Amino acid sequence: MSSDNQNLRIDETAAKAFRQPPFKLDHLLGIEGLQPFQITHLLDKAEDMIAVSRQAKKARPRLEGRTLINLFFENSTRTQSSFEIAGKRLGMDVVNMAIAHSSVKKGETLLDTALTLNAMRPDLLVVRHSAAGTAELLAQKVDCGVINAGDGAHEHPTQALLDALTIRRSKGRIEGLTVAICGDIAHSRVARSNIHLLNALGAQVRVIAPSTLLPSGIEGLGVKAYRSMEKGLPGCDVIMMLRLQVERMAGAFVPSLREYYRFFGLNAERVALANKDAIVMHPAPMNRGVEIASDIADGVQSVIFEQVEMGVAVRMAVMEAIAAPGETTT
Amino acid sequence: MKRVISSKPPRERLFINARILDPESGFDGHGDVLVRKGKIAKIGKSLPRDGAGRDFKIIDCEGQVLAPGLVDSRVFVGEPGGEHRETIKSVSKAAAAGGVTSLVMMPDTDPVIDDAALVAFVRQTAAEKSRVNILPAAALSRGLGGSQMSEFGLLKEAGAVAITDGRRTVANAQLMRRALTYAGDFGALIMAATQEPSLSGGVMNSGLSATRLGLPGIPREAEIIALERDMRLVAMTSGRYHASCLSTSTSMDIIKRAKDAGLDVSAGAAIANLTLNEQDIGPYRTFFRLSPPLRHEDDRLAMLEALRDGSLDIIVSNHDPQDEDTKRLPFAEAADGAVGLESLLAASLRLYHSEDVPLLRVLACLTASPARRLGLKCGRLAEGAPADMILFDPDEPWVLRDKDLRSRSRNTSFEGARMQGRILRTIVAGRTVFSRTPDHA
Repeated sequence: MSSDNQNLRIDETAAKAFRQPPFKLDHLLGIEGLQPFQITHLLDKAEDMIAVSRQAKKARPRLEGRTLINLFFENSTRTQSSFEIAGKRLGMDVVNMAIAHSSVKKGETLLDTALTLNAMRPDLLVVRHSAAGTAELLAQKVDCGVINAGDGAHEHPTQALLDALTIRRSKGRIEGLTVAICGDIAHSRVARSNIHLLNALGAQVRVIAPSTLLPSGIEGLGVKAYRSMEKGLPGCDVIMMLRLQVERMAGAFVPSLREYYRFFGLNAERVALANKDAIVMHPAPMNRGVEIASDIADGVQSVIFEQVEMGVAVRMAVMEAIAAPGETTT
Repeated sequence: MKRVISSKPPRERLFINARILDPESGFDGHGDVLVRKGKIAKIGKSLPRDGAGRDFKIIDCEGQVLAPGLVDSRVFVGEPGGEHRETIKSVSKAAAAGGVTSLVMMPDTDPVIDDAALVAFVRQTAAEKSRVNILPAAALSRGLGGSQMSEFGLLKEAGAVAITDGRRTVANAQLMRRALTYAGDFGALIMAATQEPSLSGGVMNSGLSATRLGLPGIPREAEIIALERDMRLVAMTSGRYHASCLSTSTSMDIIKRAKDAGLDVSAGAAIANLTLNEQDIGPYRTFFRLSPPLRHEDDRLAMLEALRDGSLDIIVSNHDPQDEDTKRLPFAEAADGAVGLESLLAASLRLYHSEDVPLLRVLACLTASPARRLGLKCGRLAEGAPADMILFDPDEPWVLRDKDLRSRSRNTSFEGARMQGRILRTIVAGRTVFSRTPDHA
């Protein structure tokens, strides 16, 4: 399903003035608040990064000698690796801090940790934390650029960017598409960032979930809410599944996993309800047989592994936009 | 009960040329007030300027407002157990600067004020260190555990002005029922928090704002359910009940209905909930993380309506000092609460300046109304009443700066706020305990 074809790329703001916009990104804390042209600029920049990762010599040493610190208060091997690889391909020195195992256990506060790291003069700080607003809080206290790699149920902006890039490369556009985001909307930062981004670029966004997993007032974010896959999927160009946090669900938000899969799991019959050329996405890691059937995850409509590839490209683009904003894309 | 200010009050003070505002009688007029031995001796026009004894002074009010001192019925103090956040001494300085001449201290301390000896300790410490009247409220349940009743009779005898579990809601309906029934025998007032715990796992008002910020919400129903339950129990037991701190429009309807049905209930609201809403949280500002949470603008407007029509009786500061350790954290991990004693009057005057609530009504909710509910003699300007008074300029513009606060904690929701109206002088039992000008009389 994925395509290398650069010709498919249609720019939402095609004028040259918009292609290299003179804006400076200090941090990337969320998608909310970004202008459409900024999002488009980051996506365009990410397109250039894809080629870097497909070369034998995967290097674009624009940020050589600079330091990136990965500050992960929540374990996430994939996201952390993606940021690490992105940083290294740009020539940065990357340090991974596994905070979950060190200073926090000794009672050091979040801000103390941040200020300590700040004193080591990093150029970029990538932070993931279980509490919403953490990236914002850190950005106020440190001197370097901060990239939010997920804060509680608030935002996960690079995930939304990589999803958008994946959609754009496979559909040629974002404007006018109908995208269904399915699953645990209430606890999902991925859903929020995607809602903001897709709305900003002119897509129609639907959310599909049992009512217990739809947060209060969600329609105020500009989405249409559906309580059944059968009602929500027809007419969709993109089916975006979310990971169900199995350990916190059972009995509290949904009665059981088998009941959830029966009514909200993505299987072949449900994929068939959407448009014929619809793509299936998932931020991974997947719970096969809980939110998505194995044959769908591995099927022809799935772009799940392309998403992973785009993750590195998008993160490279964001890092460059923050740490070396003056340099133009090639 | 015995006055807690330690040394003897000054013999005679004459406050001349004042705009006297007494919310109890509704009086708003020019005149003089003579104070003798800590009590108001005479109020009138052009009182004789010559005093009887040596200890006599005249204070020219220059046309500013002289009103009863504020009575704040919900104040958290760190002492004992959390002296790094606030002590009885520091809270008294903050109260004096804010025009609060009497405050009810919540029992949420360490140890919990659930024993007559601890009530006596608070009163003793206050007598030695406080410039204002500190009135302890005692815990409803032992150790605030929510299961066993504390000794209401002994606590009241020791000087507790109310029975309350402070910031905790009594989840057990049977305990609340018994407490209301038993407290009735002693005429004790039950002051209750009303946040159903099983629905209060969130950190801000439930709704679009919480969804956008990715924060778990507290639905309005958490308060509505707890309050409705308590109204049923009050009707069943004929107890005396005060809802400390309400935040939703529906709560106003519930209180109004209960009052119309003749129940002995009253209701308070924190000044933050009357002047701010959930939008003020902005980018995760933890000083706006409060309990009850800041709610929707519609709730705020409904509460103003309730203030006007009398359903809502009392405005409180809900003063809750928290230090950096508990506030400089991600929003979801921070503690609830904000300091409020020093901004209570100025923030309340916003309701008057915005023409939402008449000045006398605002003052009544800060003075006469809480005093009456707590059975205190203060809260009014009348001959024979304690000379607990404030002098303030209702119009002076100023900007609140946290570094100027006298409280030991600086977690104010009003940092940098533009205020209109300021305390000039605070008088407790005839003695000036705070003055913006250096001439302490």
